[in-house]
Amino acid sequence: MEYKYKIPCSKSKLGEIREFLQHILSENSIPEVTINTLVLAVDEVCANLIIHSHNCNPEEHLELKVKVIGNSKITFDIIDHGDGFNISEYKEPLISDIVKQKRKGGIGLMLVRRIMDEIELIKGKKKNVYRLHKKI
Amino acid sequence: MVEIKNSLENDIFTIYVIGEVDASSSIHLDESINEATSKHKKIIVNCEQLEYISSAGLGVFMSYINDLNEKDIKMVIYGLSEKVLHVFQILGLDQLLKITNNEEEAKVIVNGI
Repeated sequence: MEYKYKIPCSKSKLGEIREFLQHILSENSIPEVTINTLVLAVDEVCANLIIHSHNCNPEEHLELKVKVIGNSKITFDIIDHGDGFNISEYKEPLISDIVKQKRKGGIGLMLVRRIMDEIELIKGKKKNVYRLHKKI
Repeated sequence: MVEIKNSLENDIFTIYVIGEVDASSSIHLDESINEATSKHKKIIVNCEQLEYISSAGLGVFMSYINDLNEKDIKMVIYGLSEKVLHVFQILGLDQLLKITNNEEEAKVIVNGI
């Protein structure tokens, strides 16, 4: 099964993305704790793109494609148009440094890496696909 | 959307976090903890009705860990649902923050009994 969703690049739309994902994942009899972490990972990637790649400009959009393959695998594609942030080259900060520096950000992509099995960036000329894989 | 409520009983200040804390709403949690830590030494955070938290919300809690130690403020989070607690556990934040199951345990810790 494949599901699609499109939203403007506004932080206030993150809740809609979560609702969409929650709905799909609950249909596929996945435990609640797992559903929440998958929703979280996609939310984090979308929030990062909305804030850092699109400066919260609601004229720009993100597309979301979710593929459920059999009962064992899900892929989430988050698609945008822009320069593209290479998620696989992201260097993780240390939690202790974040605490010391009293930083409020910087752990979103860490969560995504811990939750998902694989993260890839498929970079086209104008289109970027951030693909998250998870075996369930 | 998140709703934040407060109450003060004796010298224990309670912050109630209701709804979803994400990149768009974490600012409200931040303002609330900021204000609480400027006025109170014993703070408990009721998360019984917290349905969702993302890194933006976790980041808010993390950013106060040093302040709490420096200013000798006790802050305890309680009432997390299984799925929300799991999000704290992914990066081991449950080891850096004080988290209890319920209000009674949280009060025991802030009262230093």
